[in-house]
Amino acid sequence: MTHYLEFEKPLAEIEGKAEELRAMARSSPEMNVEDEARALDAKAATMLRDLYAKLTPWRKCQVARHPARPHCVDYIEALFDEYTPLAGDRAFADDHAVMGGMARFHDRPVMVIGQEKGHDTQTRIERNFGMARPEGYRKAIRLMDLADRFGLPVITLVDTPGAYPGKGAEERGQSEAIARSTAKCLSLGVPLVSVIIGEGGSGGAVAFATANRVAMLQHSVYSVISPEGCASILWKDAEKMREAAEALRLTAQDLHELAVVDRIVPEPVGGAHRHRETVIGAVGEAVAAMLDELQGMDAGAVRADRRRKYLQMGARGLAA
Amino acid sequence: MNWISNYVRPKINSLFSRREMPEHLWTKCPECGTMLFHRELATNLNVCTACGHHMALTPRARFATLFDGGVFTEVPVAEPLADPLHFRDSKRYTDRMRSAQRDTGEKEAMLVAEGEMGRTPIVAAAQDFSFMGGSMGMYVGNAIVAACARATELRRPLILFSAAGGARMQEGILSLMQMPRTTVAVEELREAGLPYIVVLTHPTTGGVTASYAMLGDIHIAEPNALICFAGPRVIEQTIREKLPEGFQRAEYLLDHGMLDRVTHRRELRDELITVTRMLMGLPPAVKGDLPPPLDLAAPEAQPDAPAEDGAEGTTETGDQRPGPKADAAE
Repeated sequence: MTHYLEFEKPLAEIEGKAEELRAMARSSPEMNVEDEARALDAKAATMLRDLYAKLTPWRKCQVARHPARPHCVDYIEALFDEYTPLAGDRAFADDHAVMGGMARFHDRPVMVIGQEKGHDTQTRIERNFGMARPEGYRKAIRLMDLADRFGLPVITLVDTPGAYPGKGAEERGQSEAIARSTAKCLSLGVPLVSVIIGEGGSGGAVAFATANRVAMLQHSVYSVISPEGCASILWKDAEKMREAAEALRLTAQDLHELAVVDRIVPEPVGGAHRHRETVIGAVGEAVAAMLDELQGMDAGAVRADRRRKYLQMGARGLAA
Repeated sequence: MNWISNYVRPKINSLFSRREMPEHLWTKCPECGTMLFHRELATNLNVCTACGHHMALTPRARFATLFDGGVFTEVPVAEPLADPLHFRDSKRYTDRMRSAQRDTGEKEAMLVAEGEMGRTPIVAAAQDFSFMGGSMGMYVGNAIVAACARATELRRPLILFSAAGGARMQEGILSLMQMPRTTVAVEELREAGLPYIVVLTHPTTGGVTASYAMLGDIHIAEPNALICFAGPRVIEQTIREKLPEGFQRAEYLLDHGMLDRVTHRRELRDELITVTRMLMGLPPAVKGDLPPPLDLAAPEAQPDAPAEDGAEGTTETGDQRPGPKADAAE
């Protein structure tokens, strides 16, 4: 069952009709509907191309949150060998919203850490919809530390609506955990590369994505606040999320222009959820390319590179 | 009296001291509802005399009571790009900025200064909650970078007073990027071996708490200050239950190990002097080694720490300079 987004509804209708025709043809072989069905297919393809040719920022948010979009688990499964998950923050718990461990990437040992949202009701609850608690950030800190001591490059995959706004999370120091995780990213003496694969939700994303190189999928978003949150605060109306998404400039294209993101990984027409393998492969290539760029830099140089990059944030605005 | 002193001077004065003009002589304490006379309130460092509630203090008012004799020098902060995203909600961002500047008489939401506190040379930065909720945008980022650089250059400790609703949404991702950016600045200060003391004041929330406000060598908070990442309303909506009394307040954070101390504003200055002098390897502060500034007796004088604890914290220049009030208007 394909999950259609709100703006894909007309497409769903056409594809549904084509499907129906073919189902009819299967039950009564004497009917010849193939031509008609093919015409519908062509119409659907054109519509898909038109829909995705110019996605508005709000539609990009919806695509970025699509349940069938490849998640952290999918990337780790497809791109890494010998993945050995490591658990726990050694203080309180193991946060399942954050997964990570050692693995081989193109034969080379690395540390991979990411946020995982889950793919069905049960795993979503288990993963807390990808919203980490302090122990998740502290686990990431621990893994980054381990990588730093043994010279493993760190790869982070970012996909979170944000840090979890809960009672226990606050009690255990959500802000401190995020601040320390960002500081840890900045202090690493090994290369750190990051890919925003879905949603880059505010501080919860920064704690992972403060990297030497940041790549972003074409229809991913990365923002200081969710469009819904921004709309309810600035427009006093949560329904104004389209306007807020527009104003926040949260698309990969805008962020690239602002020098927040170093490269955009293109998604085929229809988005990553329709072309999972292609997109996962492209992300793998982007990670390899970014690691290559940092090859041969010593600990001081990677650290200095990261600091320089973040000290310059805000030097570039958008053209009017 | 001629027309210059009658007409021109009051005009000029009103330009500079607009913020100091008490609109009402009485202020109602938002906590206990007691009506407080403005002068009494000012003498008590904007702390309610009835219930001890700590009301907001502007950076200038804070520095006037923090630095010896209220004398400080502003550290210049680089001007960022104005409105990099061309942001517009119900109002243009540039218009919101202009009205905030008009209302507060300040350029932006953070003030950085250098001077002496109990004859201890320091650099201080204070966030202004009255300026767009103290929100952290590129200017605040620049201010923290400047404060850390200046402290490193002068080899002085940095004391930062935080107060903010979080990141400034109108600068979008660039305000978010101030989280790692300010973290770099603070880390460089740490590497220079200089103390970084954070005083968390009401309220310190969101991206500010999740970056430079939680990376101090020492965390001191003012009583009952709200300090959190996600605000209580957001949490109540998420977990659909009422939060306990005092949740996310300074004392609660102290109990949960996130702060070193919760200190009354009256004792804060002395405590900062004690702590910074120890960390900087200086001998204990000498109390009462200088007379208080001469103009303290003047009825117009602003509240000042020396008024609280006698001779402590005065300066050689105290008798040369106008009172802290006039100084703040410079």
